[in-house]
Amino acid sequence: MTTNTEPQSSDRAAAERAAAIAEFQRKDKWRRRLPLLPALLFTIVVTQIPFLFNIWFSLQDWKIVPPRGPDFTGLENFTEGYSNTFFLDAVGISIGMTTAAVLLSLLVGTGLALLLDRQFFGRGIARTLLITPFLIMPVVAGLLWKNQIFSATFGVVNAVIEPLGFDAIPFVERYPFWAIVTVLVWQWSPFMMLIILAGLQGQPTDILEAARVDRASGRGIFTQITLPMLRPYMELGIVLGAIYLLQVFDHIDVMTGGGPGSTNVPYFVYQRSIGGGWDFGQAAAYSIIVVIATIIIATIALRVLSSLFQRQETA
Amino acid sequence: MTLTARDKQLRGESRWGTAALGIVTWLVAALFFFPIFWMVLNSFKTELDANTTPKLLFEPTLDRWQAVTETIPGLLSFSEAFYNSFLIVIVSTVLVLVLAIPAAYALSIYPIGNWRDALFFFISTKFLPIVAAILPLWIIARELGLLNTHLVLIILYTAMNLPLAVWMLNSFFREVPRELIEAAQMDGTGLYGQIKDVMLPIVAPGVAATALLCFIFAWNEFFLAVQLNPVEGSTVPVWVSTNVTTRGMFMAKLSAASTLAILPVVIAGWVAQKRMIRGLSMGAVK
Repeated sequence: MTTNTEPQSSDRAAAERAAAIAEFQRKDKWRRRLPLLPALLFTIVVTQIPFLFNIWFSLQDWKIVPPRGPDFTGLENFTEGYSNTFFLDAVGISIGMTTAAVLLSLLVGTGLALLLDRQFFGRGIARTLLITPFLIMPVVAGLLWKNQIFSATFGVVNAVIEPLGFDAIPFVERYPFWAIVTVLVWQWSPFMMLIILAGLQGQPTDILEAARVDRASGRGIFTQITLPMLRPYMELGIVLGAIYLLQVFDHIDVMTGGGPGSTNVPYFVYQRSIGGGWDFGQAAAYSIIVVIATIIIATIALRVLSSLFQRQETA
Repeated sequence: MTLTARDKQLRGESRWGTAALGIVTWLVAALFFFPIFWMVLNSFKTELDANTTPKLLFEPTLDRWQAVTETIPGLLSFSEAFYNSFLIVIVSTVLVLVLAIPAAYALSIYPIGNWRDALFFFISTKFLPIVAAILPLWIIARELGLLNTHLVLIILYTAMNLPLAVWMLNSFFREVPRELIEAAQMDGTGLYGQIKDVMLPIVAPGVAATALLCFIFAWNEFFLAVQLNPVEGSTVPVWVSTNVTTRGMFMAKLSAASTLAILPVVIAGWVAQKRMIRGLSMGAVK
């Protein structure tokens, strides 16, 4: 603070200082934003521009085989698409497949993590073996299970159950939905296991010790201390799993090629557009419907995430 | 990380109980690994041995490995596919880190006002099914002359992994003590220096875990590769799928191709598994 005797110049100095502060704050804001901008711009350009194109395409009557259009048709693609029973089937498959795969993976993954969270001979090797399915390329996983595990003639499962008096079962052909879910659970349980294992290893031992001193039972410790502590990790696993499992495409492509009972929404949209349907306008309309539906689901999922962040802040 | 005898006692398990559970774990682990073991085994069989009732005993041969690595003119070869995959995956992973590290810094260290909204925007792009964007992507790529190029996959894999990377790194960076960065700033260290000399050494395990996940997802990606770059310039997953010809008859060859295809990621994952668990625990919720 300067001790200025002239009131006029003091006013001017204060105004200048205020302006300088405002200027500094404005610059500081941008200096803070600057590191974010490249990633933000890149993401907006690559992910949002195709979406804008899609909105335009969805309003066209546009087919490649046989060639027709593009002609503007307004919302016709939407009214037509919304009531298509095959589309509604695909929505059902998508919801069912994602729910089943995420929950089963979480269940199996938690079990595996609890098994691994103790000292025993060769623990590192057992963990290594258990992680491996997550690292396998989906195309390879699908082909491997279809041809070498589930196949009625060459498959290992049938080679095991046939001597027990069962008939050979062509699993993929007869139970396409559950065959695919099995492979998804095989691949994603290890991922859930990693997350839960991280949670278990972050458990403070002093609380466990206190519970022990108070003679709490093993089961009591698990349900009242371990499980609540694992909850945020489980939520994280569910959200991440759902993001990736909603988009499953490769497994379906190599295992059933989108046969009955296994066409989820991504595969359906693919079939309608560049996967043989070549009805670009209609496919774009389906994409828009899917995006709107996912935004609704995502809002719910993000609320879960946001509670995770809040916990992170208070921690 | 390792459990002490005290931990075991805390859990209230007897020595024999722990041993029994160890054996159960081993059995489950073997069951989980069995399909992969079986595939590797099949790759050493002749087609005759592979395409029959499953058998454990056979005369091993490297014949199918040789067949699968042979170059056939006009078809995507093993060496081309691996070269393309490594190039595309490494460049895109580096790009992801170059973009995500400063972004995560802006969201965590001196967070911008609405950092939460920005983070949500990044994550929300992961909810858009990629298949819903494939049509415009295909048309745009064709118009720009990017179909069947490395560049189109580099760009898309970067966009695909960026949200996950920003999110994970954001959580790691929140672990860095504020005082350290402020001290560096007092010494007049710039943003680049702060990130490189102060933060990266602390968050290195997290950055490695993030890079590994990006590497896995990009290496294994099939859909975009087969739609936008399906011919000679393509990647390993596409190469594997070209080995599926007459169903069943090439099972041993397909097994050899599959084993080769998963090897880089499996080895990387095995080496970095501890780091990944630490990375996830640091980044996930803590």
